[in-house]
Amino acid sequence: MNLRAVWAIYRMEMARAFRTVLQSIVSPVISTSLYFVVFGSAIGSRITEIDGISYGAFIVPGLIMLSLLTQSISNASFAIYFPKFVGSIYELLSAPVSYLEIVIAYVGGAATKSIILGLIILATASLFVPLSIQHPFWMVVFLVLTAVTFSLFGFIIGIWAKSFEQLQLVPLLIITPLTFLGGSFYSINMLPGIWRTVTLFNPVVYLISGFRWSFYGKSDVSVGVSLGMTVVFLLVCITIVAWIFRTGYRLRN
Amino acid sequence: MPSILSISGVSKTYATGFTALKEVNLDIERGEIFALLGPNGAGKTTLISIVCGIVNRSSGTVTVDGHDINKDYRAARGLIGLVPQELTIDAFETVWATVNYSRGLFGKPANHAFVEKVLRDLSLWDKKDAKAITLSGGMKRRLMIAKALSHEPRILFLDEPTAGVDVELRQDMWAMVRRLREDGVTIILTTHYIEEAEAMADRVGVINRGEIILVENKAELMRKLGRKRLVLELRSPLTAIPEAFSRYALELSPDGGQLTYTYDNQAERPGVASLIRDLEAGGIQFRDIDTQNSSLEEIFVNLVRREP
Repeated sequence: MNLRAVWAIYRMEMARAFRTVLQSIVSPVISTSLYFVVFGSAIGSRITEIDGISYGAFIVPGLIMLSLLTQSISNASFAIYFPKFVGSIYELLSAPVSYLEIVIAYVGGAATKSIILGLIILATASLFVPLSIQHPFWMVVFLVLTAVTFSLFGFIIGIWAKSFEQLQLVPLLIITPLTFLGGSFYSINMLPGIWRTVTLFNPVVYLISGFRWSFYGKSDVSVGVSLGMTVVFLLVCITIVAWIFRTGYRLRN
Repeated sequence: MPSILSISGVSKTYATGFTALKEVNLDIERGEIFALLGPNGAGKTTLISIVCGIVNRSSGTVTVDGHDINKDYRAARGLIGLVPQELTIDAFETVWATVNYSRGLFGKPANHAFVEKVLRDLSLWDKKDAKAITLSGGMKRRLMIAKALSHEPRILFLDEPTAGVDVELRQDMWAMVRRLREDGVTIILTTHYIEEAEAMADRVGVINRGEIILVENKAELMRKLGRKRLVLELRSPLTAIPEAFSRYALELSPDGGQLTYTYDNQAERPGVASLIRDLEAGGIQFRDIDTQNSSLEEIFVNLVRREP
């Protein structure tokens, strides 16, 4: 294992995050605070609590997931797309580095950044609403699993994308709607029957539900199912990445 | 001694159906400077990209110092440094960070003293804290070389190394290449500047339309394929070449003051002696005479033109 290469890539990726600290850290914190102001205050004044949890506190896990998903995808997709775009990927492809090492380094870097961001949002949220975390171990498990899974997904998008437009396409047209409709701001039990069933096809529901359970011990779907769905999506992403590397798809062709 | 790079039956057909390489066979000897010449689109960059692992080949085998580039890719790639044609650097990194990154990527332990030496050798030390985006084109080219040398490669690929580079930097690069060769590094360069190959290479390979059409020792190639020119400075200008000289390949300069005769110096009868006799007999007098060897460029153009 070329651990030095993994470390070199990882360190470079982390350095990029600190270099663009405004874009990487500050702007998501500001937008999260705005969500609190808009959703927490405006809607929170009408819905005081859900499942016995104050509305402001109820939306915190969903907000963290929202940022975690979008940031994991954008961090990882940009990290691999940018060298492809400027051509500096030649160096990575000509280095004595295995595919596994490339994935560990890039996905590790992207996941680390989004986990740090998730924790910052959590800290920011605690300034607005009283928070409790009933299952801290499972909270960390969901945080890490989601960050890694969606960083892998972002990595796939970064390799697939041939233009900046395509790079934005999946996050904008698929992930953001799925996240907003995945119960970030409401309990899916509040939906009418048919829509509740439809919502169960949205994988983000399981992530948010499981994550919220780790905070308040209450969930829309069972925790086991949430965890299982997250792992299934992780395995799907790993399979696609393995195929990309086996065939050299859009990298070595 | 076995060759340091062995390319055997390598072909490449892209997904578009374009065949960039056809059954290429090439052996590079240890410690030599090899120049790969070819017109645009001949397959030079594709060949380099395959050896370096950037592009998958369609068929054939490549070994680097005995290591198969697929089965034993770590050992093979670890020996190679590549300076690509395009200036492709992460623009927002500093010179120091990006060169150390390259070293780490190739699995070498950090060695700041070595990286400093590389940067000093390439006159980049003063710019070590500058971001790549702020460097001039020539400086960026040096940075690409520094990155390629950061992991102490034994084979260095220079793909069009002096394209768009000023004369001074070009001289510096040539000096650097010679120094590397003295250290035992094998150098493979592709170039459009034939004088570069002429000045530096030990051997020359010519690739055209995806096929290697010639590999030859440079001096031997120039001897074999070289044509010579005999230039005669005339005492009094001519308006046209007299009819009697039509059997000679003569050219008259626009001002009529210079006659050039091109001949094959390997021919049994190059015709120089008879031309001079005929000129005297025809009353055409000359005050000076000069002969010139044809350049590698002319040889190259002739070779490529000869191809169907």
